[in-house]
Amino acid sequence: MSDQAPIPTEATARTLTLNMGPQHPSTHGVLRLVLELDGETVVRARPEIGFLHTGIEKECEQKLYHQVVTLTDRVDYLAPLSNNLCYCLAVEKLLGLEVPPLARWMRVMLTELTRLNSHLVWLGTHALDIGAMSVFLYCFREREEILRIFEMFSGQRMMTSYFRIGGLAVEPPRGWQHAVRRFVDTFPSRIDEYEELLTRNPIWLRRTKGVGYVSLEDLIELGVTGPMLRAAGLAWDIRKSEPYSDYDQFDFEIPTRTESDVYARYQVRLEEMRQSTRIVRQALEGMPSGRHVADAPGIVLPDREKMKTEMEALIYHFKIVTEGFRVPPGEVYQAVESPRGELAYYVVSDGGAKPWRVYMRTPSFGNLQALPAMIEGGLIADVVAALGSMDFVLGDVDR
Amino acid sequence: MLSRVLEQNSPAAELVAWDPEAVLDGKLDRGEVTLFIAPARIAAVCGFLKERGFTRLSSITAVDWYPAEPRFEVVYHLHNMRDNRRLRLKCRLSEGESIPSVTGVWRGADWYEREVWDLFGIRFENHPDLRRILLPEDWTDHPLRKDYPVHGRRYDYVREGGE
Amino acid sequence: MDFYLITAVKAAALMGFLLLTLLYLQWIERKVIAHVQVRIGPSRVGPHGLLQPVADSLKLLLKEDLIPPHVNRFLYLAAPFLAVTLALLSYAVIPFGPEIEIFGVRTRLQLADLDIAVLFVLAVSSMTVYAVVLAGWSSNSKYPLLGALRSAAQMISYELPLALAVAAPLLLANTLNLREIVERQDGFYLGLLPRWNVFQLPAPQILGLVVFVIAMFAETNRVPFDLPEAENELVAGFHTEYSAMKFAAFFMAEYANMITISAMATLLFLGGWLPPWPAWLGSNWVPMILFAGAGALALYHGLNAERARDRRTLPIVAAGFFGASLVFALPALHALLIPPFWFLAKVGLLLWIFMWVRGTLPRFRYDQLMRFAWGTLFPLGVVNLLATGLLVALFGEA
Repeated sequence: MSDQAPIPTEATARTLTLNMGPQHPSTHGVLRLVLELDGETVVRARPEIGFLHTGIEKECEQKLYHQVVTLTDRVDYLAPLSNNLCYCLAVEKLLGLEVPPLARWMRVMLTELTRLNSHLVWLGTHALDIGAMSVFLYCFREREEILRIFEMFSGQRMMTSYFRIGGLAVEPPRGWQHAVRRFVDTFPSRIDEYEELLTRNPIWLRRTKGVGYVSLEDLIELGVTGPMLRAAGLAWDIRKSEPYSDYDQFDFEIPTRTESDVYARYQVRLEEMRQSTRIVRQALEGMPSGRHVADAPGIVLPDREKMKTEMEALIYHFKIVTEGFRVPPGEVYQAVESPRGELAYYVVSDGGAKPWRVYMRTPSFGNLQALPAMIEGGLIADVVAALGSMDFVLGDVDR
Repeated sequence: MLSRVLEQNSPAAELVAWDPEAVLDGKLDRGEVTLFIAPARIAAVCGFLKERGFTRLSSITAVDWYPAEPRFEVVYHLHNMRDNRRLRLKCRLSEGESIPSVTGVWRGADWYEREVWDLFGIRFENHPDLRRILLPEDWTDHPLRKDYPVHGRRYDYVREGGE
Repeated sequence: MDFYLITAVKAAALMGFLLLTLLYLQWIERKVIAHVQVRIGPSRVGPHGLLQPVADSLKLLLKEDLIPPHVNRFLYLAAPFLAVTLALLSYAVIPFGPEIEIFGVRTRLQLADLDIAVLFVLAVSSMTVYAVVLAGWSSNSKYPLLGALRSAAQMISYELPLALAVAAPLLLANTLNLREIVERQDGFYLGLLPRWNVFQLPAPQILGLVVFVIAMFAETNRVPFDLPEAENELVAGFHTEYSAMKFAAFFMAEYANMITISAMATLLFLGGWLPPWPAWLGSNWVPMILFAGAGALALYHGLNAERARDRRTLPIVAAGFFGASLVFALPALHALLIPPFWFLAKVGLLLWIFMWVRGTLPRFRYDQLMRFAWGTLFPLGVVNLLATGLLVALFGEA
C-alpha cells in the first residue's frame, strides 16, 4: 500500500482508472488493484498490498521459540498447519532434533487435510467469482468436516497450532481414525460432484479456458510457485523434490497441465485434492505407533501427568515456559509445499531463546507479482477469473 | 578463502573461478551453502549463477545484526530447479550503504527488494520503482531494524526511541 | 359507472396480489436456492421464515434514505421510480383467465383487454433499460456506470431475439390481443395433445420457446446473464449507490419483470390458462389432488418433526393446504378457479426454472454474452420466424 491512485494526466478521454478494492467482494481480502480500463479491457493493472500487514516477523523476534508457533498460524489462515510445519521443521533443523515417526506421519496427514481445506476454500470462492454460487456452499460443507477433524485434534478449527517444536501439541485424540476414515471415504465422490457442476460446463469452460495465460519462463522469472507452475507444465513439488517429514514414503503423483490458463490451474488443483486424499488414506492406514513428541526434555513440554508427579518434569515445564530453550547459533532455510506453493521459513538464531530473525517466504507474495502479466489485455471479468485462479491469501501476502 | 568443503561444491567453485574477487567467504552449515558476496558484485554474480542453473530466485530478505558492524546482511536464496539445489548469498552492508538491484536478473526480485527497503531501509540501486510496499507511504523509519522499538505509541518512539 | 367500479376493484385486487407475490417470491427464491445449496434458508422470522419478507421490507422502509452528494439528484431519484412503474405497467394487459361470472357480474380476469397488448408489453419492457442506464449514469460513480453500460448493451441486444421469438406465435394467432392469442390455443390434437403454440400445427414453436426462454433470462438480468450486477466484478452494478427503499425498488422491479416475462411466455407459448390435458381426463381435479398431497406431506412432516415448533406450525400449514384442496374440490367453483390456477402454475414453473438455473450455472463473460446474442440466438430467432411464416403461408387455415 502506498500512494493514491495516480491522477491520469494523459489519454483521459480513453482510459478509466478503476480502484478495485481494498474493499471489493472478489479481491479475497484487502488487495487493492488499480486498473486502467479502456472500455472493459484492462490496459494496466497495479496491485497494491500491505493493508493486512501485521508485523508478524517483528513479533516473532520478541517471542520464545515455542510461542512463535501460534503466530505462524496467522500468516496463511487457510493453511495454518503448513505454516506450523514449516516453522517447526526449520527450528528442529537448527536444533538437530529428530521427531518420532508418529509425529512425522501425523504431520503429513494433517497438512494434507490442510491442503484440502485450503483448496476447498479456493474452489468455492473461485466458482463464486465466476457466478456458480452453489459450488461455494458444497465446498464449505466438506470444509466443515475437515475443520471438525482439526477441532478434534487441537481444540481449534482454524488457528490450530497443533505442531510444536519436537512433535505434536497433544496426543492424537481417541477415535480420530474413525473421523478421518469417514472423511476420506466420502470425499472423492464429493470431488466428482464439483466436477459434475463445473468441469464440462460450457459456461465455465468459456470463462476459464485461455484466460490468464502466462508462459512457464515468465512464471519462474516472476517468482511464481506451486499449482500455477504445475499448470504450466513443470512437475515441481517440494514434497517430491526435497521430501520432508517422511513424504518420500508416500505414494502420490504430481498433476501437471501445460495450458497455463485458469482452467489448467483448476484441473491441477482438483487433481491435487484427489492426490491429497490418497496421502491421507495412506497415512491413516500406515500410521505408526509410539510417542507423539521427541525425547528432548529441555525442549518438549513434559506430559501433564508427569508434571504433577515428577520433580524434574515440573522444573523443565517451568523453565521452558518462562525462559524457553536456547538454540545453537546458525541459520536455516526450510521450504515446504504449502497449498499455494513454496512456503519457506528462514530462521536465524544468535544462540538465544528467542529467534534473531524469522523470515517467511510466503507463496502468495511471490505469486501475486505475476498478476499484472496475467490480466493486462484481458477483460474485467477475466481479472476476477485470474485473481481466483491464483489462490492467494492476503494474510500470506502482507504478513 | 573458501573452506575445503565448499571447494568441492560446484557452484561455489565455479563462482570463485569466474570472479575470485566477488566471493568473500563461504560456509556449509546444516547442509546449507552460504556464500558471502561483495555487495557491488551481487547483480553480476546473480546473473552468472542464473546462467549456471540457478534459474529461480526464491526470496530476498535481510537480517539486522545491530549493534554489530556492518549491521545488515542482505540474504538471497537461489534455487536450482534442475538439480534441486539451494544456495544462499549474503552481502554485508553498513547503515546508509546501498546495493545493486537484481531486478535486471529476475523481474520477480522487484517486490522482495521493495519489501527489504520498506522494512529495513536498505536502498537498491537501479530498482525501477523503489517505493514502500507494506507500510503506508508516509511511514517514517523501518520497523524490522533491531533498534525500532516494539512498545509505546508511534509518536513517542519516533522522538525518543528511534535513532 | 359500473365499468369504473369493476376496474378499480380489479386493479386493487391485482395490485394487492402482485405485491404479495413479489414479497413472497423473494422468500421462495431464498428457500429454493438454500435447498439447492444444502442450507435451510430463512428460518428465524416467523415459522419457516415466513415473516422474513415482511421484516425485510420493514427494514428497507425504515432505513435512512441516503442520497450520495455526488449524484444527479433528479435522475438518481427518478430511476427507481421508473423501474418499478415500468415493471408494474405491463400487468395492466395480462389476462389471468377467461371471462368469468362473479357475484352476478361478468368480467374478464384482466385489467385492460388491449388489442395491441403484445406490442404494449414489448414497448414497456424495452423501456426498462432507461431505468438501468439512468441509475448507472446519475450515480456518477464508476462501477454503476460500467454496470449500466453493460446492461444497456445486453438488454438492447436481447430485445431482438425476444421480439423475433414473440413474432412467430403472432403469425400463428393472427392477432396482437393476448386474450385472443390464448383462445386460439384452445383444444386438443387427438383429444390429448394441447393445441398450445409450442405444439400447434402447422408450425410448432419449440425453437421459438427455447429462444424466448433464453432471451428472457437475459432480459431480466438473471444468472447466467446477470452481468449488469455481477457482484464479483462490479460490486452491485448499476444500483451500487442505492440504498434503502430505492434499492428495494430495483429489487422489486427485477422480480416484477420476471413475473411479467414468465406470464408472456405462458400466454404466447404455453396456452395461458388452458389445461395441459382435457377435462375428461381429470385436469380439473389436479389442483385438488396437488393441494391435498402437499397438505398430507406437511402433516406427515409435522407429526414426525424433531423440533417442537415444527410440530405446531406444520399442521397449520397442512390445514391451509387441505382448505385449498377443499375449495378446489367444489365443482361449482371450477369455472372460476381452474383457469387462474393453470395460468399461475405455469408462471410458477417458469419462475422456479429461473431459481433453479441461478443455483446451478456460472456467469457468462460480457463479450461471450454479446456474441451469443448476435451469433446464436438472433439467427435462431430469424430461422424460426421465417420457417413459421413459410409454414403458416403454405398450410395455414386463413
